[in-house]
Amino acid sequence: MVGAGLVVIGVGLGIGMIGKGAMEGIARQPEAAGKIQTAMLIAAALIEGIGFAALFAV
Amino acid sequence: MINPMRQLFTLCFILIFQALAFASPNEHETTNEQLSEKELMKQEIKEVMGHHLVDSYDFNFLGDKEGNHYGFSLPVILFDDGLKIFSSSEFHHGENVVEKGGNHYKIYHGQIYKTDAAGTINYNENHFPTNEQPLDFSITKNVVMIIVTCLLMLWLFGSLAKSYAKTGGLPKGVGRFFEPIVMYIKDEIAVPNIGEKHYQKYMPFLLTVFFFIWILNMFGLTPLGVNVTGNIAFTFALAIMTFLITNFTGKKDYWLHIFDPLGDSMPWYAKVPLYIILIPIEILGVFIKPFSLLIRLYANMAAGHIVLMSLIGLIFIFQSWIGGTLSFALTFVIVLIKVLVALLQAYIFTMLSALYFGFASAEHAHEHEEAH
Repeated sequence: MVGAGLVVIGVGLGIGMIGKGAMEGIARQPEAAGKIQTAMLIAAALIEGIGFAALFAV
Repeated sequence: MINPMRQLFTLCFILIFQALAFASPNEHETTNEQLSEKELMKQEIKEVMGHHLVDSYDFNFLGDKEGNHYGFSLPVILFDDGLKIFSSSEFHHGENVVEKGGNHYKIYHGQIYKTDAAGTINYNENHFPTNEQPLDFSITKNVVMIIVTCLLMLWLFGSLAKSYAKTGGLPKGVGRFFEPIVMYIKDEIAVPNIGEKHYQKYMPFLLTVFFFIWILNMFGLTPLGVNVTGNIAFTFALAIMTFLITNFTGKKDYWLHIFDPLGDSMPWYAKVPLYIILIPIEILGVFIKPFSLLIRLYANMAAGHIVLMSLIGLIFIFQSWIGGTLSFALTFVIVLIKVLVALLQAYIFTMLSALYFGFASAEHAHEHEEAH
């Protein structure tokens, strides 16, 4: 139970940090917004994958 | 173009309304129910949830309280000293013990076990049945869904290809919706990862996998109760495909990168202590990469379905105006998110497969090292 909570904290932090980096990148260079968005979604899905795997193992 | 966008929008709306229509009765029930009624409701919800998430031997669309089921039974094909084919209606939804050719079979928790005439199931200390299981090739709900999706895709893309031949390279109708998607997969997923020279070989697999997973995910969101991508055996098969393709089309550089990652930069006696650690990790990596693909798709879809079913069940438990409406709104939002996740997971699977193929077919990437 506690493990599941810790996993979700980790995933939330990770995806939040990616989102922050993505926002900053788009703010600096709005014409690269498409590529930055794609990269952000990919990284978010990877982190979510680990999070789900850990959740199921718990 | 306005028309495909409107079609896409209507399609999304229909999907979402299916989920809504499924959930809308019982919202107007008043409070003041007995406690046992709530317990009964929870039991029923658990049953329906389990039934929607797990594979089963019959197609069960609706069921009312008297026990009438609308749907049809699927054939059971067992291979247990001889081929035995019979309809799963003989199991009578899990109560009957079927006898075929001297062997008795019984369904327990959705799987067929070999028992004696009385239908006893022996448990070990963890409450798992220890009866033997025959080799099971039956056509279950998931298999039917896979076959339906295959036929749908064959028909859809076959007729698309034919329409291209007729109009000489210009798409019309549904082709206008699919062409940007196919071009996107080619330009943004295949070519950057695999490179201009070899991407043609892998395009059929990438396209098939993308649309297959997307359509199956979408079907899982409908109230038909099929959950193919949330089944670990199915995603395991997909990951094995990626694994086999990566390793059988790997060029010399790929294997060189695994067994000799440092290359010419160090003399051999300096590499040996490092390789004792590096090479097992690289070998593990060969297996872990498709494994992560498998887990990601399975966990996302299965967890998503569980959450969705639980939220819909929540509507039924809150038998009041406020609780019902709030959980209804929550379910609506979550359904929208799930529609996005369906597409996203298909995209991620395809992209990572393309990445692994890129590793496998990379060659002459060392030129940039000699440049400096």
